[in-house]
Amino acid sequence: MKARVHGLLAAFATEVSFREALRDLGKAGCVRVEAYTPYPVESVVLPGATTPLAGIMLLAGLAGTGGGFFLQWFATRNYPLNVGGRPVNSWPAFVPITVELMILTSAVIGVLAFFCLAGLPRLHHPVFSDPRFKRASQDRFFICVRADDPLYPGGSVRRILTDAHAESIDEVPA
Amino acid sequence: MNTPLKPLRSGPDEALLAPGQTLESVTRTISDIPLRHPYPRFWWTGFLVAFALVMLLLTAIAWVFTRGVGIWGVNVPIAWGFAIANFVWWIGIGNAGTFISASLLLMHQPWRTSINRLAEAMTLIAVVCAGLFTLIHLGRPEFVYWLVPYPGTTGLWPQFRSPLDWDFFAVSAYGLVSLMFWYVGLLPDLATMRDRSGTRFKARLYGLLSLGWRGDARHWIHQQKLYVLLAGLAAPLVVVVHSVVGFDFAVAILPGWHSTIFPPYFVAGALFSGMSMVLTLIIPLRAVYKLQGLITARHLDLMAKVLMTTGWIMIYSYFCDGFNAWRSGNIFDRFVDVNRAIGPYAGYFWVLMACNVIAPQFLWSSRLRRNVGVLFVVALLVNVGMWVERFVIVVTSLHRDFLPSSWGMYHATFWDYATLAGSVGLFIALLFLFLRYLPAISMTEVRRLVAAKEEDR
Repeated sequence: MKARVHGLLAAFATEVSFREALRDLGKAGCVRVEAYTPYPVESVVLPGATTPLAGIMLLAGLAGTGGGFFLQWFATRNYPLNVGGRPVNSWPAFVPITVELMILTSAVIGVLAFFCLAGLPRLHHPVFSDPRFKRASQDRFFICVRADDPLYPGGSVRRILTDAHAESIDEVPA
Repeated sequence: MNTPLKPLRSGPDEALLAPGQTLESVTRTISDIPLRHPYPRFWWTGFLVAFALVMLLLTAIAWVFTRGVGIWGVNVPIAWGFAIANFVWWIGIGNAGTFISASLLLMHQPWRTSINRLAEAMTLIAVVCAGLFTLIHLGRPEFVYWLVPYPGTTGLWPQFRSPLDWDFFAVSAYGLVSLMFWYVGLLPDLATMRDRSGTRFKARLYGLLSLGWRGDARHWIHQQKLYVLLAGLAAPLVVVVHSVVGFDFAVAILPGWHSTIFPPYFVAGALFSGMSMVLTLIIPLRAVYKLQGLITARHLDLMAKVLMTTGWIMIYSYFCDGFNAWRSGNIFDRFVDVNRAIGPYAGYFWVLMACNVIAPQFLWSSRLRRNVGVLFVVALLVNVGMWVERFVIVVTSLHRDFLPSSWGMYHATFWDYATLAGSVGLFIALLFLFLRYLPAISMTEVRRLVAAKEEDR
């Protein structure tokens, strides 16, 4: 039985050749492609590369605003304190804590959502088995065409990667 | 952030990056500081001196917990002494780091890349120092949890209408948001540290901290979005935090505190003191660790300009404070200002004027601004000036209120000074630990700057 394979991992020395390879793979019809870069590259076009974080954080912020105000409204009602005849629901005094809790809730939920979306923490991943991959966090750009891609392991994938001046092309085990 | 980072101006010494830097060279320069620990003599000397001060701080805290706040010089009418001045000073320094980092990110200023990590770390450490003072200045620190709203059998809740409770929420929210902002930015750099570390133990430790970050392009999209959104949340939070600190004073009816200028005046003061602290830290570190290729003359020049600008906002605030007191026709308000300048604490007032108003004016000259020694001295003086300013606000307002029968004087004791010095020690010790174990400059962002520069060519 053949050993299970995660995909074909190619290393690139420059951002330009990396982008070129990615574009050509997209044109050829590759869909299960992973890309790894040492810094965020804005122009990377990958299927499914969008983020719902803004919406999530907006909702979290609204929940924090409501919750924060409710906390103060409820507590001052639960233990009313008459200071100079001011109303129990003295809402202007509740604004600072409401704002603070809005920001805190939005930030905490945003970070947790980021971990969920990115699937982190995940300490092991097949691409780490390639010793060259250490440079993905330093000065090399990597593309991994996954084994479940319809074009895999056709010669066309390899040719596109070679044509874009990949430094190395290796299969990584799953 | 969708626009590529580009240097503002290019020219031999106007650059934000020394010529000849590559992805590999910036990664090596920055990660070698924690991994290879160069200049151990500097590090150990600094750390041991700071550590000795931390021991002094622990002694002072143990003593204040044993005997109570009476060991300090505080008494009625001056019930707020060094502890509050120190708290406001530290939280001011702490406010600026995140603000500098977040606002420069939102305004697409590429010069933040070399200073943001250090500024954020400075924030976190300063918030620790500030938080310490809020704890130890409580008469009964064991009841600190009473500030947290929880449904207890006592049926009591915190006083949500009090700025002191707003402050508790503001500082804790700020500490947490700053920590998350810093960590989200640090995550990819921890992965670089993992991949560059020589030993298995270090690789595992950094690997754990990096949560297995692998630079996946899809992750970058989430991370970049989160980072910008956190910056967008952190920047207004800074304004909220220091405004609330201003409210702590302004809500009281005491002349010299009861003023609507206080919240914005405090925010400006925070930025001013924070910028000066960033300069105070960066100038020696840049020299010792030979980071001139990454933190260039242009960075220092820009920071000096920000320092001077915020200094002018301070001058405007001082002017408004005095002008309002004069035009209000209120004799108590007028008296506070006259008493500050010629009363028993006049010395402090004039030190404040010299440090915060006169010293930054040397930075008008571009020759002096580019002189690292002059800039360092000015930054140091502003740090001193900002501490004295908080002392003047706290003490001179309290020591002469409405009735001469309730006037008094405040004299700091040994324990006051020990706690202040100890908190400075704690700040330096934590900063040195940060420098020893974590990358002090964001490798990710500098790499992006290198890439943008290559694209320009």
